[in-house]
Amino acid sequence: MTNQENTIAVAMSGGVDSSTVAAMLKAEGHDLVGLTMQLWNQRRLAGKDGMPEQVQGRCCSIDDVYDARRVAEVLSIPYYVVNHQERFERDVIRPFVDEYLAGRTPIPCSLCNNHLKFDQLLMTARQIGAERIATGHYARNEYDPKRGRWILKRPADASKDQTYFLFGLTQEQLAHTLFPLGGFTKPEVRELARDYGLALANKPDSQEICFIPGGDYKRFIDAYLEEQGEAPPETAGELVTAGGEFRGKHDGVHNFTVGQRKGLGLASASALYVISIDRDTKQVTVGAEQELLRDSLRAQGLNWISIAGLIGEMRAQVKIRHRHEPAWATLRQTGVDEVEVQFDAPARAVTPGQAAVFYSADEVIGGGWIV
Amino acid sequence: MPRIYLDANATTPLLPEVLEAMRPFLLEHFGNASSIHQEGQHARSAVERARASVARLLSCRPSEIVFTSGGTEGDNLAIFGSVRPGDHVITTSVEHHAVLHAVERLGDRGVDVDFLPVNRQGVVAPEDVRQALRPNTTLISVMMANNETGVLQPVKEIGQIAAEAGVRFHVDAVQAAGKLPLDVDTIGCHLLTISGHKMHAPQGTGALYVRRGTRLEPLFAGGAHERQRRAGTENVAGIVGLGKAAECALEGLGNALPEQMRVLRDRLEAALVQHAAGVNGGHAARVANTTNLCFEGLDGEALVIALDRKGLAVSSGAACSSGASEPSHVLEAMGLSTEQARSSLRFSLHRQTTEEEIAQAIELVSSQLERLRELSAVTVR
Repeated sequence: MTNQENTIAVAMSGGVDSSTVAAMLKAEGHDLVGLTMQLWNQRRLAGKDGMPEQVQGRCCSIDDVYDARRVAEVLSIPYYVVNHQERFERDVIRPFVDEYLAGRTPIPCSLCNNHLKFDQLLMTARQIGAERIATGHYARNEYDPKRGRWILKRPADASKDQTYFLFGLTQEQLAHTLFPLGGFTKPEVRELARDYGLALANKPDSQEICFIPGGDYKRFIDAYLEEQGEAPPETAGELVTAGGEFRGKHDGVHNFTVGQRKGLGLASASALYVISIDRDTKQVTVGAEQELLRDSLRAQGLNWISIAGLIGEMRAQVKIRHRHEPAWATLRQTGVDEVEVQFDAPARAVTPGQAAVFYSADEVIGGGWIV
Repeated sequence: MPRIYLDANATTPLLPEVLEAMRPFLLEHFGNASSIHQEGQHARSAVERARASVARLLSCRPSEIVFTSGGTEGDNLAIFGSVRPGDHVITTSVEHHAVLHAVERLGDRGVDVDFLPVNRQGVVAPEDVRQALRPNTTLISVMMANNETGVLQPVKEIGQIAAEAGVRFHVDAVQAAGKLPLDVDTIGCHLLTISGHKMHAPQGTGALYVRRGTRLEPLFAGGAHERQRRAGTENVAGIVGLGKAAECALEGLGNALPEQMRVLRDRLEAALVQHAAGVNGGHAARVANTTNLCFEGLDGEALVIALDRKGLAVSSGAACSSGASEPSHVLEAMGLSTEQARSSLRFSLHRQTTEEEIAQAIELVSSQLERLRELSAVTVR
């Protein structure tokens, strides 16, 4: 019979990865319950302010729920869709919009992991009688008795490494989470899916931000504000050089991200990049590529995983965006909830709103949000 | 442990005698009720016997019964069949989606529409209906019993107001059929919807009462079936099932079945209200089988799933297209916050619900509530 201690809730998105997790755990004989989180209604902004009328959404679409339900049925595990749209809007959508309007570049996937997948979902799992959750993330976690801590590690498939988005996981969350795909490569997972007879073994990966089909986040922000009956804040201003020289005008700071080169609308002999964004003066500073280099950054909203906290200085490899080779740096505490990251060699395009995640070889030490 | 089903307002189990009545019409008596030959005639006479049974349940003439595919079709036929551009329609904010969305669609098409509010108990004031009348009002649509709370609307008083104003009156009685004596003349309605599967007939069956002389534009273009009010070959077996279920319902009403259900419902409610913030609509007149309780601070959806895994079927809110539940528009219209609506659970009994099942349900719900309260106490953010 069902036993709360041993029941595992599998987060099922209808994709290959989470479906394979469900099949693997089922084959291992675990007592499972499948859960899909309904997070966003793709129809909500359809047709508003230039958003596509027909949505072919990836996440939370009826097709994906149908796929997840089919998998659960084939594996004969109980399956439920749970509605967490309000929390998703509060903890992911709204901050996403506000961050862009504040001139920063948010990472909704990390917010979703922190608030929905590993907080809300774990809570829902416990409420319905499962002590642990399993997801299709490419990451590894294990308990180290020597340090007395749960450790988050990079997966076997470096190209699918999702640890950057998981730096916010608490010890409590890591202790109750399984990442069964951590030891496999994506091609191996597809092979497993075929072996388990899953019809969706060849389903394409999702790439873009799940709630923005087509990937046009500017339109999404406009449509969302229109739906909320909020006038878009006046953030139009000037494009200037570091020396203060006027180079042109722009329609709003949320149209830019640090390091951006395309879409500046400026004629220039040499390539120009966005160097920094100032929400208060509404100025977007542009300049040559070498101006993007930074010796250091500050990160706040810290979470530590392999250590309890920073004592003195620490050497680490630091990743400042998802597709970024970790760079050697020294970490130093500069406030109650702030560290300074001093790079050995200057880093290109340090982007406020993105995460700085600290690694020691394959282990995630911790991370924070770049300010 | 065998499962306990307390979600009768979603659907009810088929009665064995209903299945027995239907069986020959799924097998040897397969005729089309419109055919001239013996096979057809056999089907036709079965359909007409069923029509007479349903008419007895509603105290109307058999010719006033139109068979449909269920509550949604009945409501849509009554509404779209009655209203033209330039008309005005009055309904309430607590109707089933079949009425609510149909009237909203009329609104999109340029018909004037009013959705009347309800009080904290979920009851609409007849006086509000009177006040809402306009020279171009052609239809008033008010449900008899609410699907989520069981709360009864003052349809008789509204029927009088409609009669005085000469306005057509539609009653969605899907959740009342079999639970209350129904008399279309006492109610004073022109149209009344019932659904088969809410009263132990199969899903995909239903009927719309259409008062003699009430002109109705059909929804479907097609043959002349159902006196040109509903095109399409009759679902003979389903109709026979509905007829049998109507007979059983009438018999149950005569044998004080609702009173027995009320005793069990009240026992369940009295035990669970100790853990709850209150009974939604608890001070209003209600059908005998339904109770809707607000367990403040708890996630109703998680509670439904937890109970399901322990063998008890109940529900919270309405299902959205993915299958997740959405906060109930009915409870929100009664003044509950979204959080309170999300914390509310509906228990609905059926005629086969037993004392033992109620006792077990009380135990199951109480222990899950205790467990969830402990959990939320330690994980509160």
